[in-house]
Amino acid sequence: MPLVSTTLTWRDHLGTIGARSGYYRSNYKVIPGLYGIGRPGLDSPVLVTANYKLSFDALRQVLPGIDAWILVVDTRGINVWCAAGKKTFSTDEVAYQVKSTRLAEIVRHRELILPQLAAVGVAAGRLRKACGFNGIFGPIQAKDIPTYLHRNRQADEAMRTVTFNTGERAVLIPVEICLLWKPFLAATAVLFLLSGIGPEVYSLSAAGTRGIQALIASLLAVLAGAVLTPLLLPWIPSRQFWLKGALVGGLTAMTAMAALLPTTWTADLPAAIALVLWAASVASYLAMNFTGSTPYTSLSGVGLEMRRGLAFQLGGTTLALGLWIWSAFA
Amino acid sequence: MKDFRYIDGAAILRLDREACIGCGNCVTVCPHRIFRLEDNKAAVIDPDGCMECGACATNCPVAAIYVNPDDGCGCAALIINRWLSRITGKTVSGCNC
Ligand code: SF4
Ligand code: SF4
Repeated sequence: MPLVSTTLTWRDHLGTIGARSGYYRSNYKVIPGLYGIGRPGLDSPVLVTANYKLSFDALRQVLPGIDAWILVVDTRGINVWCAAGKKTFSTDEVAYQVKSTRLAEIVRHRELILPQLAAVGVAAGRLRKACGFNGIFGPIQAKDIPTYLHRNRQADEAMRTVTFNTGERAVLIPVEICLLWKPFLAATAVLFLLSGIGPEVYSLSAAGTRGIQALIASLLAVLAGAVLTPLLLPWIPSRQFWLKGALVGGLTAMTAMAALLPTTWTADLPAAIALVLWAASVASYLAMNFTGSTPYTSLSGVGLEMRRGLAFQLGGTTLALGLWIWSAFA
Repeated sequence: MKDFRYIDGAAILRLDREACIGCGNCVTVCPHRIFRLEDNKAAVIDPDGCMECGACATNCPVAAIYVNPDDGCGCAALIINRWLSRITGKTVSGCNC
């Protein structure tokens, strides 16, 4: 049985940066199976987790001084909640690992402590029949496990309530941005192409100068939709994400343009409006996409707001691009 | 999650109190504390706080809970892919989370 440490090494931390930035996020795996923490024995608790390395690390890190088993189930390197949602963290998978590690011969008790968020995919009541162990749900966060164990398997309301504090929102930002570079490059190419259209049919120098302005507007949109909106989420008016993004995108673009491109703003109002509209529409889309990363948006709700959101975003970008081209002639 | 509220009236969550046997599983697993046991039966105390994760339905031994069964995370890209796939007939590729 491999014993693992409760402290993270510099390699673990480096890996965390890689995983968080999306660099190898989709397969940052731990080999499924049984691991020991401390000096586990016949009566030590069995904690179940996903084989996403960050889930595994979060768990082992909170266990210094505790003797326990960690049963890592194969979720294809995906975290507990998403894996449970995708049903890879399932009743059958847990039962399979219990049997393949011969857990019944290693511990005397018949209890598995599951992360509460695995409940989406694991029906604890069906585990007994499937593998002979009873499943109970521990707290949502690994950090509460020591308290949970000390209190004799009691989790209070706070431990059972999902949170979404600033830190939890901030760690999602790098991934949001890393997923963006392809569409961003494509959009930038199109913007530079369009920026050259003008009275002289096509002007490379206009493509350059106006292209840069458009690029700045896109960068502001990313800043607004993928960074500021997640960070400031609870303080931005409206519950609908497309509206939050549009507000932040429009405001960010207006403020930044007033500071960076004061001449465009005054001398060429249509161009300025085009850029603000572009930033608002793009930020609106990015913010709407962030619903997939929050722990409180229902799919039904997202479907509802998307009808309005997409209409605004499509209308906004079309209008922005039209104005942008037109402003070159005006 | 008192600081975060999403669109009211959107989530699809139905509880069949007749069928409920009061085991309390839904009360335990819900990450938004939507249920409470009242008179030995589950009661929905905050329907608008539900995020449709489905944990309660998965763990109800008598199938007394119905949650919008569309699974997967609620990101816009996935939903757009779904809408497109309905038009084009192609299968959906998942999202990235
Ligand atoms: S679907 Fe999830 S959030 Fe909604 S009531 Fe059930 S467990 Fe709670
Ligand atoms: S899980 Fe089902 S049976 Fe148990 S209390 Fe909830 S609704 Fe009732």
